[in-house]
Amino acid sequence: MKFVGKQGRFPMGDVARVAVFAALIAVLGAPGSLNVFGNAVPITFQTLGVMLAGALLGTWRAALAVAVVLVLVAAGLPLLAGGRGGMAVFAQQSAGFLIGWLPGAAVTGWLVERAGRDPSLVRLIVACSVGGIGVVYLVGMPVQAAITGVGLGPVALLTATFLPGDVIKAVLASVVARGTQRAYPDAVPAVHRERLRAGWGR
Amino acid sequence: MTGMDILTGAYVHGSSPLHRLPPAAKLGLLALACTGLVLLGSPLALAGAAVVVAGLYAVSRVGVAAAWAQIRPVRWFAVALFAMQWAFVGLEGAVSTTLRVVLAVALAGLVTLTTRTSDMMAALERLLSPARFVGLDPFRLSLLLSLTIRSVPVVAALATRVREAQRARGVERSLRAFAVPLVVSSLRHADALGEALSARGLDD
Repeated sequence: MKFVGKQGRFPMGDVARVAVFAALIAVLGAPGSLNVFGNAVPITFQTLGVMLAGALLGTWRAALAVAVVLVLVAAGLPLLAGGRGGMAVFAQQSAGFLIGWLPGAAVTGWLVERAGRDPSLVRLIVACSVGGIGVVYLVGMPVQAAITGVGLGPVALLTATFLPGDVIKAVLASVVARGTQRAYPDAVPAVHRERLRAGWGR
Repeated sequence: MTGMDILTGAYVHGSSPLHRLPPAAKLGLLALACTGLVLLGSPLALAGAAVVVAGLYAVSRVGVAAAWAQIRPVRWFAVALFAMQWAFVGLEGAVSTTLRVVLAVALAGLVTLTTRTSDMMAALERLLSPARFVGLDPFRLSLLLSLTIRSVPVVAALATRVREAQRARGVERSLRAFAVPLVVSSLRHADALGEALSARGLDD
């Protein structure tokens, strides 16, 4: 967090961005979720929001936005897809996939931060896939296996049914991120960082 | 998702001992109870635990509808889990595993039902206070939480507006035509909000 300059380590511009992105993740879950029978992990556009947070906010702000969503969910707000919320979601089989959003968004952000001032669509797709799918699955599958007592193998098979949808979401998130960064260059983490370094908002 | 839902969560008003217990204590007890459930092996012991959980619900007086609303989301999962465990592990294992998951969800739901969102947030803020050591100040964190709650209706309104514009342009079916304007207008809103907060001297 050193890069945000002298004026406090967490300037108000970042507080506002993190808050609004956390709200965006909540809103993207609102249209409802589609359940695949036999596996109670709902498919939602919320993961799209998590990938977008990573691609547009950068490492730690993205992780913080996800953390805010999870804290508010834990506090009982129905911010998850399908109006789910409360401590109970962290006792469910899909809990690991929620917790996985944290490192997932951070890794996506980390990769995009290293993609320079004008991240290409391919770099964005790689970042969204590695963070938003790879890391999330890596956390989610062992937790689901532990909660259900089913082996990691069957859980991996069940999770694989979500892979095509998640790949589509990673591509969509990248297309949306690219469009956003073209329209609003300050949504590129590297550009935002340079602007903060230059002492904006002092 | 209306504003009221957002502000009240699933809390059911009441004055039972469970309602009066401090939120941090409830979170601690929940963690202990979930650990306990993992340690209980036999279906009989877990059936006993189920009676205790049902008793706690009775004490809390939240009502059957509110209780069911907490457990409802896992019903199909419980059925599938039971069937799978029965096939792979046997009946006894199937009963214990299914009971364990349902009871953990029910207990966590009970904490949600008996704790006001604002109280839970205050407790979570205290739990988050070690964040100070990695350079995040607790005031900014609590501001961040309340700003997020207030931003949800704002972003939802932006989404509605973008959808209407989309309809007018005849590009209703394109996710890109929906998400890019939504994200850009959300960022504009965030940056304006950030400047307003900064202008009020909150960065000093």
